[in-house]
Amino acid sequence: MTKFLDIQSINAAYGDIRTLWDVSLQVNEGEIVALIGPNGAGKTTLMRLIAGLHKPTSGSVQLADAPLHTLPAYEIVKRGVILVPEGRRLFGGMTVLENLELGAYSSRAREARFKTIQRVFELFPILAERQKQHANTMSGGQQQMLAIGRAMMGLPKLLMLDEPSLGLAPLIVENIFEIIKLMNEQGVTIFLVEQNARKALELADRAYILEQGRVVGTGAGKELLHNDEVRQAYLGFAPAARK
Amino acid sequence: MSIESFVQTLVFGVFVGGIYGIAAMGLALVFGVLKIMNIAHGELLMLGGYVSFWVFTTWGMDPFVSLLVTIPMLFLIGLLLDRLVYRHIVTLLGEEKIKNSMLVSFGLTLVIQNLAQWGFTADERAIQVAYTGTGLSLFGVILPYTRLGSFAVAIAVTLLLHVFLRRTYYGKAILATAEDWEAAELTGINIHRIYMMTFALGASLAAIAGTFVTITYGISPSIGIIWTLKALVVVVLAGTGSILGAFPAGILLGVVEAVSGAFIGSTYREVIGLVIFVLVLILRPQGLFARK
Repeated sequence: MTKFLDIQSINAAYGDIRTLWDVSLQVNEGEIVALIGPNGAGKTTLMRLIAGLHKPTSGSVQLADAPLHTLPAYEIVKRGVILVPEGRRLFGGMTVLENLELGAYSSRAREARFKTIQRVFELFPILAERQKQHANTMSGGQQQMLAIGRAMMGLPKLLMLDEPSLGLAPLIVENIFEIIKLMNEQGVTIFLVEQNARKALELADRAYILEQGRVVGTGAGKELLHNDEVRQAYLGFAPAARK
Repeated sequence: MSIESFVQTLVFGVFVGGIYGIAAMGLALVFGVLKIMNIAHGELLMLGGYVSFWVFTTWGMDPFVSLLVTIPMLFLIGLLLDRLVYRHIVTLLGEEKIKNSMLVSFGLTLVIQNLAQWGFTADERAIQVAYTGTGLSLFGVILPYTRLGSFAVAIAVTLLLHVFLRRTYYGKAILATAEDWEAAELTGINIHRIYMMTFALGASLAAIAGTFVTITYGISPSIGIIWTLKALVVVVLAGTGSILGAFPAGILLGVVEAVSGAFIGSTYREVIGLVIFVLVLILRPQGLFARK
């Protein structure tokens, strides 16, 4: 496996408040990597930073050895790094079809958009049925599907998902995670931020733990799932009784 | 007041309102997409009026035909202004953005106005075509050709803008940027390009309105701020998120002004318009045609 996304010593701030401290992490091609951690740890900031919505104060983000952190967001999309943002951020006044079409705005994806849309409809049949419906009239689960579908329209090589399970019913979450896995099997590298640490660790090849803007741990997903500290902090297990 | 003269008043109100509508639509477009308040919008309108005036006096080109020159001219000026001035403001966030946009564009207003005075003199200019003063007479109501023509063009432009924004891929990208610029960036839209094109489009709409003003009233370098304020009132009436709603709101203001001018006296026509403006702000702050 080759190093695909390479983040080196990133520092970031919002105004005077530092949010990321010397964060380094790697995502290899074909992997599913999860980023877990408590609220306010800087997970969303890191995602936005990779996507180009926020600039680091120092450090570098490289994609296949080319710098990403110097590019505007639309150039990053063109290179196949696509973020499904927290809260989905659909174009609510527009239809499902229009949202999907706009997902293919970058030149690389635009020509293929009629072919891509068929693939999206295969994965999410509900979107095909609701093509003419306005995005803001759909249920949360359907909106999340549309958000992922819109990202797929951009032909991602690296798909980043920020809290895809937020506010969704367990059954829908199951469904969304299955689709993420399926997309990964089809060759899309996945970088995932999740509050639902158990689900994320079950799915991920590897994971990083971010606390107060610093990477405090990393390991294989299954390994972390059985790590006592992680179990206590994120999976809701009481401290093991001393023998 | 006879029924004819009442209808005549209404008709004139509608015609004037059509100009208000087009002037306001440009301002609403720029405000809705770039999220800046361009106080210099009236100045762009004034420049558009002058371009049409000079094209008319130099080549004798009919003002409605000269739109084909005036619109691209102001489109270019719009591109230039975005590059030189507004590009540096749109990257600011929130309140800082709107405040700075007002300050900077107010400064630009002074610059453009003084340049116009220096270049075009302070004399009032108007376009007098062969059919000025003549019109269609329907049941005792006169529809002057210049105003009828302006209104027809205004409706056509509004419909075209509607189709462009709602039906074309590029237009949808503009609306997407207006709705959520970060989400738009994440789909691969170059929002700075969208901002530039939208600003130029807003300037083009000002050019059309300016041409109507030159035909209907006449222009001088100082008219800009009056039209900015008029457009601003219409934008608030329509609701700040509503771009195309500016057109019916403009007509509403035109009619209200005309009717109150006829019944209460022309000195109060502006007052009634502003009273309605304040009432809308108090009773329906989201505007008359807002979608949300």
